[in-house]
Amino acid sequence: MSIDLETAAKVAKLARIRVDEDALPALAEEFNTILGFIEQLGEVDVEGVEPMTSVTPQRLKRREDVVTEGDQQDKILANAPDAREGFFAVPKVVE
Amino acid sequence: MTDLNKLTISDARDALRKGDVTSVELTEACLTAVQGAGALNAFVHDTPDLARAQAQAADARIAQGDAPAMCGIPLGIKDLFCTRGVPSQAASRILEGFTPEYESTVTQNLFDAGAVMLGKLNMDEFAMGSSNETSCYGNVVNPWRRGNDEAQLTPGGSSGGSASAVAADLCLAATGTDTGGSIRQPAAFTGITGIKPTYGRCSRWGIVAFASSLDQAGPMTKTVRDSAIMLGAMCGHDPKDSTSADIPVPDFEAMLTGDIKGKVIGIPKEYRMDGMPDEIEKLWADGTAMLKDAGAEIRDISLPHTKYALPAYYVIAPAEASSNLARYDGVRYGHRGKLAQGDGITEMYEKTRAEGFGHEVQRRVMVGTYVLSAGFYDAYYNRARKVRTLIKRDFEEVFAAGIDAILTPATPSAAFGLGEMTDADPVQMYLNDVFTVTVNLAGLPGIAVPAGIDRQGLPLGLQLIGRPWEEGDLLNTAYALEQAAGFVAKPAKWW
Repeated sequence: MSIDLETAAKVAKLARIRVDEDALPALAEEFNTILGFIEQLGEVDVEGVEPMTSVTPQRLKRREDVVTEGDQQDKILANAPDAREGFFAVPKVVE
Repeated sequence: MTDLNKLTISDARDALRKGDVTSVELTEACLTAVQGAGALNAFVHDTPDLARAQAQAADARIAQGDAPAMCGIPLGIKDLFCTRGVPSQAASRILEGFTPEYESTVTQNLFDAGAVMLGKLNMDEFAMGSSNETSCYGNVVNPWRRGNDEAQLTPGGSSGGSASAVAADLCLAATGTDTGGSIRQPAAFTGITGIKPTYGRCSRWGIVAFASSLDQAGPMTKTVRDSAIMLGAMCGHDPKDSTSADIPVPDFEAMLTGDIKGKVIGIPKEYRMDGMPDEIEKLWADGTAMLKDAGAEIRDISLPHTKYALPAYYVIAPAEASSNLARYDGVRYGHRGKLAQGDGITEMYEKTRAEGFGHEVQRRVMVGTYVLSAGFYDAYYNRARKVRTLIKRDFEEVFAAGIDAILTPATPSAAFGLGEMTDADPVQMYLNDVFTVTVNLAGLPGIAVPAGIDRQGLPLGLQLIGRPWEEGDLLNTAYALEQAAGFVAKPAKWW
């Protein structure tokens, strides 16, 4: 499996990270080094093995579906880069 | 009393209780040490006012009697922990200016026990790194040097600031976190003790997430006893973390008898790597002999899937990171990219993340995105999770056969020079975690104990791996090893 420039650009797009055109060859090469290392996993016989979902066998606890810590609008917005009238503000989303 | 910053937690606790020293005095000694150690770049956000207030409150509590062991003990806190009103940015530009409105459960537990926070400690960005060279605050420097050579060495990573601060006596102990070895590798590189407890022992709530199925917090301390004391204060069930274990926390310190007669110690043959330096080989053999002399039975064991732990880790950890780090989008907190006229929300995401994340973080997020993408999910991510099942099974089988703990080297080498790995490919750096990463994949407790000095004059550590939830027994074996090794060396002060 080898990653070409087009795939590298697609992955960057999926990850929502802007990567300049001229940085793509180096990025693709790094991906290939890492994926080459990961390829070893293909040697392992995993027939009939369940993929791990939880490292410690425990049932997730359930709780009442109720608000536990509400009414904190000011705290929630305190770190926002742009907050207006009690909302997070972002650039225009719809045309 | 002089050099109060050099005390261990246990000695400081005893002195505080006897009234020989106050927390205010301890705290001032540490604040002075921190101020004089800028060259190490370990502390990145100092909180002297908070520390003094907490120290005064601790002294009042001690005066009333019945204060917990951690009461009045000055600590450094890794920047990965969210601390209310104090910048917490995981050493990333993308969280610049972020000041949490809440406290992580682990730091809250420590503060409830009366501990004092001196400030926040440097680390690799989002805990991704093994050398503390990916931090937005710049490199951390190891207080240890190769003899008279002034070349700067790495303290390891990702908890490099914690390791450097404890080794240089800037604080009595520090918090760390460990996803693939980030407590144990830096502890080994700086001649201190660090334990990663069983997955679920410490609440992850309020700790900036890297790979949620692997991340665990733990103490980094000067002695095994201090690790036992501090771990007890850090852990406990927390309803705010769904993976937090609802089981009692024993008195770990009370379990330190030093008696390991009849314990069975496994020596895994797969950890004998090709090209392993002879000094590491010798350290491991010496440690084995020490445990045997202390009355333990030594048994050769096999953990056949060890070789596949690192490749499995470098699928699972980036996959989880790509998902966890999706939250850094420039909307709710931290950095927002500079937008041009007409830029929409997609440009905002892409510019924010390109400006905010460093190179290693970007690389891991993209690798994670790739292995989770349509068409590759089964081939990479599911296969890695199956291999993870097999790695855990290897450990279950040796424990079922009667092994109490497993002894391995902590790292494949002593601390290396800052910048020495710059030109290496990323996989070379990843190999630092070869002995530690299996423990995270299997969710087990693991501890690094300083056990020797190499011919360059640098500390080397051994790792003990224990059964799940049996940190007390593991700490006791580590205590026996610590006593036998008698490691007391400290770095000569140059900073």
